[in-house]
Order: sequence, then structure tokens, then C-alpha cells
Amino acid sequence: MRWGALIMLLLSLALPARAEQVVAGLSQARVQITANFAGSEILIFGAVKREAPVPEGAPLHVIVTVAGPSKPVTVRRKERRFGIWVNTEAADIAAAPTFYSIASTGPLADILLPEEDSIHSISVPRSIRRPGVFRQVGDAPAFVDALIRIREGEGQYKLREGVIDLTEDTLFRTAVRLPANLTEGDYEVRFFLTRGGEVIDDYHTAIPVRKVGLERWIYNLAHDLPLVYGLLSLAVAIGAGWGASAAFRFFQA
Amino acid sequence: MQIYLPIAEVSVNALLLLGSGGLVGILSGMFGVGGGFLLTPLLFFIGIPPAVAVATQANQIVASSVSGVMAHLRRRTVDFRMGWVLMAGGVVGAAIGVMIFNFLKSLGQVELFVSLCYVVFLGIIGLLMFFESLRAIRSSRSGVTRPPTRRHRGWIHALPFKMKFRTSGLYISVIPPLLVGAAVGILSAVMGVGGGFIMVPAMIYLLGMPTKVVVGTSLLQIIAVTAFTTMLHAITNYTVDMALAVLLLIGGVVGAQVGTRIGVYLKAEQLRILLAIMVLAVCGKLALDLLIEPAELYSLGTEASK
Repeated sequence: MRWGALIMLLLSLALPARAEQVVAGLSQARVQITANFAGSEILIFGAVKREAPVPEGAPLHVIVTVAGPSKPVTVRRKERRFGIWVNTEAADIAAAPTFYSIASTGPLADILLPEEDSIHSISVPRSIRRPGVFRQVGDAPAFVDALIRIREGEGQYKLREGVIDLTEDTLFRTAVRLPANLTEGDYEVRFFLTRGGEVIDDYHTAIPVRKVGLERWIYNLAHDLPLVYGLLSLAVAIGAGWGASAAFRFFQA
Repeated sequence: MQIYLPIAEVSVNALLLLGSGGLVGILSGMFGVGGGFLLTPLLFFIGIPPAVAVATQANQIVASSVSGVMAHLRRRTVDFRMGWVLMAGGVVGAAIGVMIFNFLKSLGQVELFVSLCYVVFLGIIGLLMFFESLRAIRSSRSGVTRPPTRRHRGWIHALPFKMKFRTSGLYISVIPPLLVGAAVGILSAVMGVGGGFIMVPAMIYLLGMPTKVVVGTSLLQIIAVTAFTTMLHAITNYTVDMALAVLLLIGGVVGAQVGTRIGVYLKAEQLRILLAIMVLAVCGKLALDLLIEPAELYSLGTEASK
């Protein structure tokens, strides 16, 4: 009982009364990947809840991030050796999100302090975890930059500054387009309210992205019963080859 | 028409896949090559992850080769006895090849090695076939009928364990076909292809088999090797994408039927020179990729570098 009371006390000390809170929602509860899935658009909307009038001072800003599941990645660099281009150095990145989108009311450099960014891991470089990478290669930042550049080129990482409109310091909305080549998993949606670069409130929610129907069945079979799956693939191949041959002969006769 | 592939986890145009499968199928039927050396780079270009592309194209090649071999069976241009001997060598070779592949993977240079293998083998075979068939076409045009040269040198005839291959009209030792099968098995496991483009010239120039029998017989060997590869990938890496395979093979099997019919109208040396030109084109493209500075020096991979 005493411990419980102490924890309660510490928690209440650690949490100052929040003047402004973010309340938010998504246009859909889940994303279903079907055979003809060609991407999806999620509408994100929210409001700032406050008990008192709008405080004076630095303007209020909103940052919304959507992050796909993180996976390890190896970044390799080519160099010319004996006249041909070969992979020489490689850096193992422990975890990088497969999808990452940032939407905000203004440039991140102006509305977010670097210290706050490092606490909350908001910006694209901060979303990539890379312990030990400096021991593998001399210029690790170049490898991380390359990872971000390649993923941005493929539309997997998006930084859209200033796309959110904040109406009357209260209401905001934005849309995030999920590309067709999505990795399955829980996509974390985070909301941050900032004033003068400091995060004054945040809210997390997740949207599950799942394969359904035939996609689900094929994926599960391949992973749960690989022998059956392999034999089935071969049977389909042999059947199709034989069938086409027979069909052609039938039409020619 | 976009379709989401369950294993590759990308969304691609279904018609593009049908077309690619069809194109490779036509070549497969015409030349008796599996077409893996064309399809694999094509799939990379479309945006299929390399691991899935290599595994799935093996499955698609099973289909187009079955379709192709059926047409050859009806024309009785398959030497089964030679096929079994080549297959026996091929399975042993493939097992050795997988070991070599894993060793290179541990060194982290498997991509480079595969590219170099392609350039070297495609280059040598392409050039040999090109000049040989050019000579054949010239001599047939000028009307000079050269006496049929006995291709096999003395040592091949001196080897023991002789066997009669009636369909091919050969009476040679089983050792050369076994070695050819094993060599192709090794290469196909390392390079991720059926190996037809190596097998066909080896059968013509090393074993001295008649060209009309070569195509059907090499398809038989390709079926065995690619079926083995498909199973290996499905069980160890889970990278065979059935949806991708079905789209490719629908195009592929139809293409293979068309290809075998085109092949009937072409002379053997014309077929060979066309295949030689195609092999040289792919070789040139791969060589350029190695020599020219790439636009993006960095690349992403999912497997660990060590």
C-alpha cells in the first residue's frame, strides 16, 4: 500500500497539469491488403482540447507521424576495384521503419527543438535506430543518408512540412497516402503539439495493416507448411504447362 | 490492372507480368533455354525483390519447360536416356553449387560473383555460337557441302562405360554427359538459372548431339533442376510467390507453345545465331553495369552483411 501511494505521488509530480491536450481520430480502423490493393489514403483529424483560454506566447504547432513496422536493413556501398564496381563496405542498421511519413504545420527546424526530437524520435533520421554502426564503417552518416535518400526516392519516406492547416488554434486535419507496396504490421500514428519548439502534448494510436482473403491464405501456407506450399507451386506449374500444351493441340486439331 | 503479390509484398501491373512471362516463354520454346537469364533481370527491373524473383522464376521455368517438352515429346525429339544421365549429374552438381553459393554468401560477394559468372559464361558461349553458326550459314549459302566433321575428339571415345543413345544416334561413354550435367547443376545453383543456355551448346559442341534432339532433352534437365531449386527456396527462404508464379506461367506456357511452332520454321543455324545474339546482348548489358559508375553507389539489402 505504501509503495502504491508513493508511485502515485511520483506520477502526479511527473505529470504537470496539461493546459492543452490533443484529441485525434483516423478515417478508418484498419487497412486490408487484398489482391487488387493499390494503396490507401487515411484521413487524420484532430482537435486541441483546453480548459482555459488559448495561452499567449509562441504559436501552437501540430506534427503528425505515421510509421510502418521497423526492420533491420543492410546498406552497402560500391567502389571501383580492378576496373569494376563492387560492394566494398556495408553498414547494418538495427531497425528502420519500412514506411515513415511526417506532416506538420510548419518546417520542423522551426517548430521542434533538437532535444525534443531526440526524446520523441520525430524527424526521419531520428526514426532510424543504428547502434554500433559507427564501429562498422568510417562515415556512418553517409550510409544513413543513403538509406533515407533511397527510401524517399521510392516514396517510402515522406516529409511534408506545412501541409496541416490548424484552424483557430483548435482544429486540424491531414491525409496520408499509404503506397501499394506496404509491409504488414501495426502502423503507429503519433500526434505532437508544440509551442516554441517544445512538445506540450502527444497522443499515440495504431492502425493495423493486414493481408486478407487469398493473400492471407497464400502467405500463411508458405510460412506454416513450406513443403506443402512448394509441392503445390510445382503442381500448379506442371499442371499449367501440361494444360497449355494440351489446349494448343486441341485447338490445332 | 494492379495486383498485390502476397510474398513479394509489392503491387505490380498484372499485364506487365503476363507479357514478360509470354516473351520469355516464346524464347524458351524456340531455343530450349529456360529463360532465367532474361527473366531474372526483367523481374528486378519491374521491382520484385531479388530473393523472390530468383525463387519464383525457377517455378515459372518449370511450367514453361513442361509445356515446351510436351510439344517435343510428340515430335519424338527427346532423348530420355541422355536426359536421365544429365539429370543424375545435375542433381549432384546442384548440391555442390548450393554449398559454393553459401560459402560466397558468407564472404559477402555473392552478387559480384554471380554477375561475373554471367558475363564470362554468356560471353564465351555467345561468341562461340555466333561464329560457329555464322560459318554454317555462309557455307550453306555458298552451296559448298562440307563433309560432316566428327566433332568428338579421340579422348571422348577412349573413355569407358559406353552407352547407346539411340535417339541422338550416339554411342559414347556416360562420363562426359554426367560431367556436363554436373557442371550445369553447379552453375544453375550458383547463378539461379535453369542452365539451358550452357547446356544447349555443351550438348551440341561437346557431346555432338543433333540440334533437333538437344532442345527437348535440355528442357527435361531444366525441369529437374528448377523443380529442385523451387523446393529448396520454398522450404528454406519462403520466397516463392505463387501469385507471381501463376501470372508469369500463364504468359509463359502460352509463349512456349508459340515458340516451339516458330522454331519449326527456322533452320537450326538460324536458331543458334539468334540465341547467340540474345546471349551476347545480355552479357553486354551486365558487363556495362559492372564497368560504368552507377548513379546510386549505395544499395539496400535485408540480409546481414556478415
